[in-house]
Amino acid sequence: MSLFANRIYSKTITSLPTLILFLVVILGLNINIIYKNYDFIVNFSYIIVFFWSLKKPEHLGYGLIFFAGVINDVVQSLPIGISSLDYLLLSAIGAFIRNRSIIYNFIYDWISFLIAILIVGSVNYIILITIFKIPIVYESLILGLFVTFLIYPIFFKIFVWIDNMVLVRENDQKNR
Amino acid sequence: MGRDDLVISARSIFLNKGNRQKFSLFTLIIVSIIVLSLEYFKTGPINQFRSVTKDIVFKTSYFISLPFSSMKNAYYGVNDYLKIHEENKKLKNINLNIEELKFENQFLKEENIRLNALIEEKNLFSDNYHLTKILLDQKSPYLRSILVNKGFQHGIKLGSAVRSGPYFIGKVVGVNYLTSRVLLINDLNSKIPIIIEPDGISAIVSGNGSKYNGNIEYLPEKNQVEEGHIVYTSGVDGIISPGIPIGKITIIDSKKSVKFFADFDQIKYVKVYFKK
Repeated sequence: MSLFANRIYSKTITSLPTLILFLVVILGLNINIIYKNYDFIVNFSYIIVFFWSLKKPEHLGYGLIFFAGVINDVVQSLPIGISSLDYLLLSAIGAFIRNRSIIYNFIYDWISFLIAILIVGSVNYIILITIFKIPIVYESLILGLFVTFLIYPIFFKIFVWIDNMVLVRENDQKNR
Repeated sequence: MGRDDLVISARSIFLNKGNRQKFSLFTLIIVSIIVLSLEYFKTGPINQFRSVTKDIVFKTSYFISLPFSSMKNAYYGVNDYLKIHEENKKLKNINLNIEELKFENQFLKEENIRLNALIEEKNLFSDNYHLTKILLDQKSPYLRSILVNKGFQHGIKLGSAVRSGPYFIGKVVGVNYLTSRVLLINDLNSKIPIIIEPDGISAIVSGNGSKYNGNIEYLPEKNQVEEGHIVYTSGVDGIISPGIPIGKITIIDSKKSVKFFADFDQIKYVKVYFKK
């Protein structure tokens, strides 16, 4: 591989978390499911933000998270700033867990994710319902959060694999 | 001691800039809250700024999503191609009598104009429309909507009717400088006044998120609505023209609903009506 192509590849690999987050918010890739009159959304962006804030915050800057939130709000026609607030709260909870935990434990991460999305979901619900009067079906919100919680392990595996790729690239660069 | 730990943790999370971070979490959360509170102010400069921001994001999203939307279009294109032979066979078997229907339609139109003149009813609705391209289509529990590439610069106003071909699909709910958002009829928040022909029964169609059927509300208890009756816009809101076909009545488990004529998956261009 030429030096230029190698550099591009390295840059792409190390920016993967950011690229994935932006693709998800710009293309609206959060999957929308309708089940028995409950219309709910599987929020991939929550998983991305939480995982990378918890594991490798240096790969997903807070500024970029804020910006991704603004884009999500514009695309989804939500009040601008609400998704940024959600994502930053998730980052804060992720960072708090990172600060407080000594030993890595997947189950602990998973349960923490549930608590984090419940807190963020509540904040989201309260702001949208009470301040902006946007009608949200509570059951749909809870169902969406629950499904997001259930699929966390799949994304966890994928992101760990991406993280290992990033690590290999960074080590390559250091050793060069 | 425990409390001190918490304070130190909180301070390090919110105030310290981490490795390779340009902003602290605290700063960005405050900025988010300020931006969110600005949503309340619908004054000129803030509205204009919001409108321009939305236009930029929509246009960027459109260009980024181009490869993905071309893949989707290619998929539907191949599907259509595969169905051509079958459709051709079907069409050959149907006696369309288009010429006859054309004359009948022309006669009814002219008669309608004469009768309207007789009762001195003014036509409040406009026949002017922009053929617009869909930039993005969004599916979320909060919104079933599409974004089109015409905004208030082109005379589009809130509430304008939107058609896909001859069928009603939604109305404009947000207008920016160069783009507009259309709330589709199948959105949970959509309520469109309708008339069911041939009996002329008035009701409301509300979306339920399904791309095939919509719910009918405020239908009189003793009604003679039957499967196959056609649903049109009634125009009683004074914004959407009357007589735009929406769908036909379908009865599932003795529950009456509207089966939409438009195929929401395959809409690429829509007509947005506006007044000159």
